[in-house]
Amino acid sequence: MSANPFSLWVYLAQSPLLWLTVTLVIYAVTDAVSLRTRRHPLANPVLHAMWIVAAFLLLTGTPYTTYFAGAQFVHFLLGPATVALAVPLYQNRGIVLQAIVPMLAALIVGSITAIVSVILLAEAFGLPQDVVLSLAPKSVTAGVAMGISESLHADPSLTAVAVVLTGIIGAVIVTPLMNSTGITDFRARGFAAGLAAHGIGTARAFQVDALAGTFSGIAMSLNALVTSFLVPIAITLLVR
Amino acid sequence: MIASLGLILLCQLIGEVIVRSLALPLPGPVLGLVLLLVLLLLRDRVRFLAIGPLATDSDAGRIEGVSRVLLANLSLLFVPAGVGVVQKLDLIAAHGLAIAVVLLLSVVITLLVTVAAFVATSRLLAPKRDRS
Repeated sequence: MSANPFSLWVYLAQSPLLWLTVTLVIYAVTDAVSLRTRRHPLANPVLHAMWIVAAFLLLTGTPYTTYFAGAQFVHFLLGPATVALAVPLYQNRGIVLQAIVPMLAALIVGSITAIVSVILLAEAFGLPQDVVLSLAPKSVTAGVAMGISESLHADPSLTAVAVVLTGIIGAVIVTPLMNSTGITDFRARGFAAGLAAHGIGTARAFQVDALAGTFSGIAMSLNALVTSFLVPIAITLLVR
Repeated sequence: MIASLGLILLCQLIGEVIVRSLALPLPGPVLGLVLLLVLLLLRDRVRFLAIGPLATDSDAGRIEGVSRVLLANLSLLFVPAGVGVVQKLDLIAAHGLAIAVVLLLSVVITLLVTVAAFVATSRLLAPKRDRS
């Protein structure tokens, strides 16, 4: 054992082990709480894990880069998870082909809306141009959005935060919002959730309805494809 | 399981290599997604592809299982990026409220427009399908 508890902390705080453990354990707890509250929208596990870990870092004065040295092992899996979306797409190719026309219509209209609305709103609110660029790909999954942000020479780390916030907002409001519209087609509801709020929206959709979750996953993978092409075009047309 | 994970990484790697060498305006994992989808569709037609992670007979360790595990825990994967908010505290102090309002409005608009487009298109198509 170390004679000085402080030197033990200094050692642990620098090792990936501590921060990987912190990330997994806090998420496990927030996810358990979410399950206990029967997946109440406000008990969103990502939202609570995010602020608890952030508060922990601020309280201990740990720089984000030190934290990320451990948490990168979790973050890395965003890429493989994007590739893995091919599997639900393949498994549901029957339902997908059946609903292909409404899906493509919703995909194109929705994807353009997601990008154009955030660019115009951000400009209307007078946000600086690099922030506008960083927010533009906010509706696609983090790995893809950060890639787009990088190719625009925007700020990928700000994009990542915007993506996560977008996902949390989407996951929290999608059920009450959709209930208020009276739309009961869970294919449409799920598709909207995945398009607007990527993986976090998809995780939410799966909690509500399996069919909604499937369509949400499809929307998220299709939107990742389409947004990669649309954002550079929208930026050229809309951002001066 | 390792073979399946290897295949997923291989698709991502090939996607990344193609994207970088051709300077495509597309993230590598998205091309990896397309590659894996093509592989899955091909293995139903080309017999010799249906081996290892792409096998269609047994359930253990196939690409389907590994993908299910990855996607079931998808929201966990966003936590490290989200914690990046601690790096942006000065930006949040300056523009945080505006950013939050912009994101909230954009998400509400996107959700409503997307669901409306889906429902409207499927209603337009429904009568035609009834007649046929």
